[in-house]
Parts: sequence; structure tokens; C-alpha cells
Amino acid sequence: MGIDSIKSMKREDFKDNEYIDKLVDELNATGANVVVGKLDELINWGISNSLWPLCFGTSCCAIEFMSLGAARYDMARFGFEVARNSPRQADYVMVQGTIVHRMAPVMRRLYEQLAEPKYVIACGGCAVSGGPFKNSYCVVPGVDQILPVDVFIPGCPPRPEAMFYGLMQLQRKIKVQKFFGGVNRKEKIEEFFAQHPEEKGEIG
Amino acid sequence: MSDIKEIIGKIYPEATFEEGENLLVNVPENKWYSLAKSLKEDKNLDFDVLSAVVGMDWKDSIGVIYYLTSTSHNWEVIAVKVVAENREDAYIHSVSDLWKVANFQEREVYDMFGIKFVNHPDMRRFFLRNDWVGHPLRKDYDANPELNPIRLEDEINEDDSRTFVEEDGKIVEKPVKVFNEDEYVVNIGPQHPSTHGVMRFRASLDGEIVKKVDVVSGYIHRGIEKLCEGLTYPQTLHFTDRMDYMSAHQNRHCLCMCIEKALGVEVPKRAQVIRTMMDELMRISSHLLSFGCTAMDLGATTAFFYGFRERELVLDIFEKTCGARMSMNYNVIGGVIADLHPDFVKDVKHLISIMPDRLKEYHKVFSGNLIAKNRLKGVGMLPKEDAINYAITGPSGRGSNWSCDCRKKHPYAVYNEVEFDEVLEDGCDSYSRYMVRMKEIEQSCRILEQLVDRIPEGDIRAQVPKIIKLPAGRWYQQVEASRGTFGVYIESTGEKNPFRVHFQSPCFNLVGVMNLTCSGYMIADLITIGAALDFVIPDIDR
Repeated sequence: MGIDSIKSMKREDFKDNEYIDKLVDELNATGANVVVGKLDELINWGISNSLWPLCFGTSCCAIEFMSLGAARYDMARFGFEVARNSPRQADYVMVQGTIVHRMAPVMRRLYEQLAEPKYVIACGGCAVSGGPFKNSYCVVPGVDQILPVDVFIPGCPPRPEAMFYGLMQLQRKIKVQKFFGGVNRKEKIEEFFAQHPEEKGEIG
Repeated sequence: MSDIKEIIGKIYPEATFEEGENLLVNVPENKWYSLAKSLKEDKNLDFDVLSAVVGMDWKDSIGVIYYLTSTSHNWEVIAVKVVAENREDAYIHSVSDLWKVANFQEREVYDMFGIKFVNHPDMRRFFLRNDWVGHPLRKDYDANPELNPIRLEDEINEDDSRTFVEEDGKIVEKPVKVFNEDEYVVNIGPQHPSTHGVMRFRASLDGEIVKKVDVVSGYIHRGIEKLCEGLTYPQTLHFTDRMDYMSAHQNRHCLCMCIEKALGVEVPKRAQVIRTMMDELMRISSHLLSFGCTAMDLGATTAFFYGFRERELVLDIFEKTCGARMSMNYNVIGGVIADLHPDFVKDVKHLISIMPDRLKEYHKVFSGNLIAKNRLKGVGMLPKEDAINYAITGPSGRGSNWSCDCRKKHPYAVYNEVEFDEVLEDGCDSYSRYMVRMKEIEQSCRILEQLVDRIPEGDIRAQVPKIIKLPAGRWYQQVEASRGTFGVYIESTGEKNPFRVHFQSPCFNLVGVMNLTCSGYMIADLITIGAALDFVIPDIDR
């Protein structure tokens, strides 16, 4: 990597993440246009520092997320504090807890109602893979089965520090993304949904 | 115990009895309803609380076990076993008109076992999608994922319900409307922060006044009871921490106690004291969260920060000893998993010393506040008779002046060795429920104060076999969790995994009174009533 830091992020903060490295390489290799590049930078700076979550807490992780909002952990330091309850006002959905069959269509609907650009964080073992309930008859084994996930935060529930790390990974990801030129995020999302279509109840 | 047997035997000669931990009455299905009526209304029996309704599939037959408690006769518990006549097309008479709590309980049994309850007013599924194929807790359930794939199309609101009635000795199905077509129905949830989780209410309104609330549950139904059947006993323990995560210690304590009772294991004194202290710390943490959330639902964000400030201190204590802030996984069969952290005594003493002042602060900032009083006082009335009939235990039941504390009625661990008062309020409204919680924090501190210097030395867990096999039989154990009486039912056939595990959660009953407590109040009060009842949704859905 011919780079020490990107846009106010120190290299040691993200050096363990190949995905971000790949994005940085891509960014350097294509050599963005000065004007477009600056515009990208401005937009990304804005988005990444005011990420408003849609609270989608179904179980234990939601309580830990509330601790994030309280005084000791204070997520306002990073610009996450405006937890929205309407998807229309949020930037990303933080899935905290198990998603079961009955909830899956609701989850998908809420995601569709988010305004672009939108992101998904799978927080906690249940959202990542189904967790301890993976073998159950009505649990979705990981929210990535129905939504394109950007960041996974493991833990049961993750410690508040782990949640912060995950949220900051999302910030980093946003800081190196491209709005103009390169592969558009939206296309990637469309590709995901082409592979995960809505199943119309095909009961035998 | 013997006179109950005599009284029942006199009226119902066909009933048979099984002695065990509790007396179990076997009764044919066609006599069940009249027996239930006598059990409830006969003054010598007077079983006024329906503690648990456990659906059962014994492979060759299917039925229900009812656990009944008599508040007037020393909280005696009996069980009644009713077997349906036909396994494939099973019918049992509903008792939802005698004990209102049976309404949702029987819907759950129908959902899980396919047993239809005759005369039940509203026989719909409770947890699963209404297009679900099969009944999961039946032993012959087909778990093929192709039958029930992850469906992403929206579920259609089920306004058409049905009831089964007897006509000329035959059982016929009759349609029932949940809401009439001219009713104005507002949907709240499932994704709504003030429903304290993913609960969905459909409220029919007359102007701003709520006429009826229909509870749509199951948005976090994870099938824990079915999962338990495939696991060994030590493996089942971790689910309890994730049901009511605000009563993690108490729930796990209950399951451990139930297994220990079946195994005949004596838990060392040190472990008993540690468990009691952890239970009380958990209660403090839960009530603090409840305080914060009630306040936040009313828009008082400052109070939320205050509650969480002290809650972090409790979580620190848990973290040092158990290694986690939430989902502690601390109790194990026979005792606790690890010894106390050296700082435990110091930290607990610090917590007890600051709590009285902090509670004064809470009362100053919120309890005495005019807006809080106006929104909570005289709202969500739940008279004592209804609290008993709906089996509303815990702080919510005690807010209706019903003395129902399991720690006093069936003492366990070291609760009979400590002094504490059962907090009762007679307001029967949201404010009383809120005040009971605040005063229970004081009582929990009092229990901790008595125990903190008296933690005996010794083992932290008893010797238990490497492979735990329970003898054949059934056990029922109750503890006082943060939100009410939590019960665990285990039936074993002598194998190393349980034949059936049922968790009787207090929140399940709490959500059952939403219709009763919200009807006649404003739609905005629905939120505060829910906050004061303080249910935790994963505990309802399991």
C-alpha cells in the first residue's frame, strides 16, 4: 500500500481490513479527476460524519445500543446520536437482534424505504448468522440472506466498543467510496437483489 | 393435599391422580370444563390463578397440562392433565372465560400443537405467520425448509378469525371478525421504539379514544422451546439469558433450579447467596432501565441518562465477575460458573451507598413532575380481580395491590433468610406500577446490604455428573424475575435431552392485558401504559 493515511484516517486504524485496502487501491489506480475527486471527498466527508441510524432493535443488542446513546459511551462524539425511528430520515439500518420469518418482509420493506445512499450493519451474532438460534425453524440465518450488508459486528451482544469499531469501519468505507465514476454502489445493490428475489409463496 | 384429592374425587369419580412434586389430576376431556369451573369457583378449592398452560405431544396422544395456583390456600399448586380424544383432529374445551389469561395461552398452544379450543373466542395463530405450514412443537412436525421458506411478500392482515362451538354434539367452525369494516384501525409497530421491542398493536379508535387493541405477536419468535428438545440440559441454559435479557440471572436461576430439583443436587450455600445477590442486582438494573425508558417514552431524556448512569455501575459488577455486560451465562447446573471477583464486595457496597441519594434525584426529576403525574396517574386501570384473573404478577400485579411475590410465597435460594418488604401500591394505575419498581430498587438494596458481608466460604458449585440425564418425570419451578413470576416446565423421559421444555414468561401475560388496560384511554396513553407494564418482547415470543 503506497498510502499512510486516507482523508484524516490513520493507516493503523484500518490496516487489518483488506476490503478497505482494496477500495483505496482502486481509488489510487484509476486516478480520479480533480474536480470530481474533490466533490466526492466533500460528499463523503459530510455523510460519514453524520450517519443517522434507523433503530431496528429486536432483542438484546438494542439494549447495548441504548448504552451507546447514554452518557458513558456517548455516540454523539462520532455523529451517530440522531437515532431515527423512521426509515425516511435515516442513513443506515442497524439490525440488532434476531430476524425471524415473520419479520423478514418488514425488514425488507424498511430497507426499501431508506433514502439513498443507504447502508446496512448487521450487529450481533443473530443478525450476522442466526447466532444461537441458527437451527430454529423460523429464524433467518443471517440478515445477509435478505439485505446487502456493509459491516458485520460479531458478539452476543457486542460490547459498546465493538459497536463503535463497526460503526467507524462504516465511516471509513464511506470515506473511500466513489459517487462519480467507478462501480456505482447502487448497481451493486441491484445485483444483490437480482440474486435474492422476493419469493412468492410457493407451497407444495 | 389429600383433601383436594377427596373433594375432586367426590365430584369427579372418573378423575385419577398422580402424586409427584405437585398433585396431578388426570381428567377426561369431556369433564375438563366442569372440573375447571369447580376448581375455580368451589370455595374449598379456589384455584384462582392459572399459572401455566403447557401444550404436550406424547407421540401417541396430544394434550395440555394446566398449572393452577390458589392464592387463598397458601399458594398451593396443582396440575391438571387433559388429553385430547383424537390426535389428528384435536379438540379441548377452552377455559378462557374462567381465567382470562388462557386466551393468549391457548392461542399459543393452537399455534404450536394444532389443538383447537372449543368456545375460544378468537382461534388464530399467535406467533407464526398465518400462512405457516404445520405446528412446530408436534413431534411429527415436518421441518423441511421448502415448506416454510423465508417469505418476503407482505403478510395479509388477518381480520377474519374463527371460533369453534358445539352444536348438537358436533363441533362446528364459525367465523368471527377481529375488527368490523366500519372500525378505524391504526397500526402501531412492529418497528416502533415505544413498543419496547418488536411488538405490533392494531388499535381501533373512536376519535382519539382506543376501543380495542389487537396484539400481533411473533416478530421475534425464535422457537426456543423446540431448539431445547434437541440439546442436552447444560446446552439449554444459554437460551434463558436471551429471552428476557433484563432478567437473565433470574431466568437462568429458574432453569438451573428446575434441573437441580430433578437431579436431587444440593447447591452449596455460597452459590445460593451469590445467586440471590446476582438476582437482586439484575432486578436493580432492570428497574433502572424501565425507569429510563418510561421517562424517555414521555420525552424526558434527562431521566433516561440518569437511569443509565447507575445501570452502568451494575453492569460493571457483572462484567468483573461474569465476564460480560449482558447475556452473562453465569448460573450453571449445581451452582455458578466462576467465583466472585475480588472487587465484588467493594463495588456492591459502593452501589448500595449511592442508590438512596440517586433515587431521591430520580423522584425529583421525574416522579414528582407534573407531566409525568398527569400522564401516568389514573391511566391504564387494572383492578386487583383482573390482575389475578389475567395472572399479572411482578411489579405490575403488585401495583394493583395483589401480593404475588414468588420470593415470599415459594421462597427459594436464601430469600427466607433475608428481610425485605413486598412492595404494594393500591392505585392500580400506571403510576402505581412505576412506583412499585422504584421502591423495589430500595428493597433489592436492602437484601444486598444484608448479604454482602455474609457471603459464606465454600464451594461455588456442587458435583454433578458429566452427562446429565434427568429421571423420567415432570417438574415445574417458579422464580420471581424482574417482571413477574417466571416458570420453567421440564418433562423428561430419562434421556440426556429434555422431552419438552416450556417457559412460562411473565411478559406473555402482561401483553394480554393491553386490550383491557388501553380501552377507553387515549391512543397516546397506549405508549405510557405499555411502558408502565414494561414488557420485554423476546420474553413474550421466546
